[in-house]
Amino acid sequence: MSILEVQKLTLRFGGLTAVSNLSFELEENTIMSLIGPNGAGKTSAFNCLTGFYKGSEGEILFKGQSIFRQKPHKITKLGMARTFQNLRLFKDMTVLENVMSGMHSRTKAGVFGAILRLPSQVHEEQRIRQVSKECLDFVGILDKESRLARNLAYGDQRRVEWARALATQPQLLLLDEPAAGLNQDEKEQLVGLIRRIRKDLGITVLLIEHDMGLVMKVSEKIVVIDYGQKIAEGTAEEVKNNPRVIEAYLGKEDEE
Amino acid sequence: MGNSVGGIDRFRKILGDRKTQGAALAVLIIFVILLPLVANNYIEEVATNTLFYIVLALGLNIVVGYAGLVDLGYAAFFAVGAYTTGILMHYGWNFWLTIPMAVLFSVIAGVIIGGPTLRLRSDYLAIVTLGFGEITRITARNLKITGGASGLVGIQRPSIFGHILNQITDFYYLFFILVILAVLVAMRLHNSRLGRAWQYIREDEDAAEAMGIDPVKTKLYAYMIGAAFGGIAGAFFAVKMTAISPETFAFTQSAMILLAVILGGMGKIPGAILGAVFLVLFPEIFRGIGQTRMLFFGIMLVIIMVFRPQGLWPERKG
Repeated sequence: MSILEVQKLTLRFGGLTAVSNLSFELEENTIMSLIGPNGAGKTSAFNCLTGFYKGSEGEILFKGQSIFRQKPHKITKLGMARTFQNLRLFKDMTVLENVMSGMHSRTKAGVFGAILRLPSQVHEEQRIRQVSKECLDFVGILDKESRLARNLAYGDQRRVEWARALATQPQLLLLDEPAAGLNQDEKEQLVGLIRRIRKDLGITVLLIEHDMGLVMKVSEKIVVIDYGQKIAEGTAEEVKNNPRVIEAYLGKEDEE
Repeated sequence: MGNSVGGIDRFRKILGDRKTQGAALAVLIIFVILLPLVANNYIEEVATNTLFYIVLALGLNIVVGYAGLVDLGYAAFFAVGAYTTGILMHYGWNFWLTIPMAVLFSVIAGVIIGGPTLRLRSDYLAIVTLGFGEITRITARNLKITGGASGLVGIQRPSIFGHILNQITDFYYLFFILVILAVLVAMRLHNSRLGRAWQYIREDEDAAEAMGIDPVKTKLYAYMIGAAFGGIAGAFFAVKMTAISPETFAFTQSAMILLAVILGGMGKIPGAILGAVFLVLFPEIFRGIGQTRMLFFGIMLVIIMVFRPQGLWPERKG
């Protein structure tokens, strides 16, 4: 069953068409990548899925439910989490507090619960902390929970982002260039982590990535877009040998 | 100037230890409790006024400090609370029963102003709240029920267990209790799911929204709670003064409270308290030099902001 269905998605900014007639499906419990050369419209498509851009036309179904032009926080609540290409941590808060933000949509204590310190609120706070710590442990930085996010090394800041997204307890995780700025060693660990997210947590993963080595290694299915349109779709092998992909993507990468 | 500010930092360092902190707080509370025994009426009046501004500053701190929203019309909520109590008591209500109504109406005012405007960027929000403050004042000036330009007079003093609160000492202790409650509520909110949500939005609204936090709803909560603080303070203000007029709630009032929050260091409870204390005491202490004291006061504020833009007691980042 597909967890995500994108049907003829189009996004226009004035006269410019960033995403054009894009359709693809994402099967539950798979790892899929969306790739394409610079400016192909990957991030625009990604932002339509997560609600940060409002698509112009088309339809997006998540678990059979329309999320087209829906607000980001509602999409997160439905079970789709995202990370950001450029780190967007709450820099002046601790690592644990950062991850606790993910639990917001899964909890409900309000004004009176907080002021009166109701037992239900105290219990909920404990649960928020516990789940957040589990997420930190999962990405391997539990020992840094009380550090300020801004004081962590770049690779660890990336991990905080992943832990924070996991804390929203998603069924689908969207990673926007998770390998950007990581060294070879950290990329290896990322591959392992993405596989564990799918295998241990049962979360479907969709990633946008520039690093072809990582994409080929980890993805079971790849969708290639260029000029906002889908030009190929298939397994790593199929995509690698597709002449349109070689022309659009790999040819250009040599020039870089 | 730089030296005295450095003094605050040194003082905070000494206070860093939890035990010393507790002891200092205990000494402070005992001092506040015993003050009326030694103070004359004038000092008590000023101290009561200080406590009153602390409540307002703590309330606005939730809006400005916690949620990071600009509000140049906070006096409007304070006005709604004061007028609600004044009008209802005129119709024979018991003071204590008017408090929930004062809260209700100021929260409604918070929703009316916040609902449509919280989608705006902060600079627009500043203009809208400024306008709202003025609209409230001018409305109070022109309505019959609010007593027009002369306001409401002869508001009855409240009584508790048969004892009528009409001495300045009574109000001093009453406002002291209000301050303690306000501090408690502000502290608990800060360390809660809602308090963290405010902080997330203040730091990065997009990231907060990606984590499933509804920014508009969360900001609206800040407005409503800030308004409730203002409403309660207003209700007590009405019975302490026994008379209220529209000019009490002019823009300068909003600006003063905002100044207390910014001066003290946004987002921190001791900061808001310190800011309010400074703001009330400074003009009183230098009353001797006459009208020019406001000039010195202004210069002083500019100097503080130049040397310490983060406020006297800012949030600790460590």
